[in-house]
Amino acid sequence: MNVRSQAMLWIAQRASAAVLALCVIVHLITIIYAVRNGLSAAGILERTRGNYGWFVFYAVFVAAIAVHAPIGLRNILSEMLGWRGAALNLLVLVLAIALALSGWRAAFAVFT
Amino acid sequence: MDALRVSVWRGKESGEFRTYEVPQFASQTVLDVVTYIQRNLEPTLSYRFACRVGMCGSCAMTVNGKARWTCRTHAAKVAAGNALEIAPLNHLPVIKDLVTDMTRFFDKWAQAQGRFRGERTRKDDFARVKPDSAQRQQADAGIECIGCGVCYSACDVVAWNPDYLGPAALNRAWTLLTDVRDIARVERLAAVAGDAGCHACHTHMSCTELCPKHIAPTASIAGLKRAVTGAVLKGEL
Repeated sequence: MNVRSQAMLWIAQRASAAVLALCVIVHLITIIYAVRNGLSAAGILERTRGNYGWFVFYAVFVAAIAVHAPIGLRNILSEMLGWRGAALNLLVLVLAIALALSGWRAAFAVFT
Repeated sequence: MDALRVSVWRGKESGEFRTYEVPQFASQTVLDVVTYIQRNLEPTLSYRFACRVGMCGSCAMTVNGKARWTCRTHAAKVAAGNALEIAPLNHLPVIKDLVTDMTRFFDKWAQAQGRFRGERTRKDDFARVKPDSAQRQQADAGIECIGCGVCYSACDVVAWNPDYLGPAALNRAWTLLTDVRDIARVERLAAVAGDAGCHACHTHMSCTELCPKHIAPTASIAGLKRAVTGAVLKGEL
């Protein structure tokens, strides 16, 4: 991987962190609201089904996670285990795709 | 005053600490302590120094776990009680006792394009750079590095990633990047970007905390990150 791509990964991780900072706050407030108000699963689904606002929010949240976490894991594996190279890049790419697909699937499931 | 109990690393990569009793003196530096041991107790002890006044950067060692310039470090200020442990710098191969092989450290300066490249010749007039210009002040903030290796020895990322250029080389690149006379901007940014360059820095700031010249390599590295980001977004890299 050339230095431009490595720099792009760094930029992507910082940019996704900025998105996550906002998303995590909204997500936590939502959880606290749901728990404190005793919302049932049915109550939650009632609010999320057909709601484009929540769907777009969680789709963006998942995208940010799918970008952020694998890049961080790549750094950790590289620094702690000395693992570098194409195999590591492929592993984190697969992880990114898996996170994105499973996350979007969950977001879509509570939307429809 | 009680004598200092000084444990000194003897050997190469493998070796052991040996303990010596050294009388305390007023304003005694750690380098004075090491010199006392070599001249009076252990003539085969190897260590490196030159100027003794904090200019040459050759006497850095690990003192009670922290990298320090020993010629300007008072023994009384860093001793734990009256105990001193003196070891070679971390992250560099040990040649013997307190002497490390700094080849890798300085090779990384070269890798980071740490050499000034201007366009003027000796036939041209002097470049006129305003000392109070913002860019010159950024360069001046990092320019007093003496190449002692304290920052490199203190950096966790160097331990985790042996290819990492390290704080000193990156700081050097930053002082050239902010030098208005230098013309190698893009090549230098390409040299310092990526997994082995400025993007590997975790901002632990050990380099900044321990730099004996009170330089903030962390700030220089942050500057490099910003500059690389700008260059990538503009398509220069």
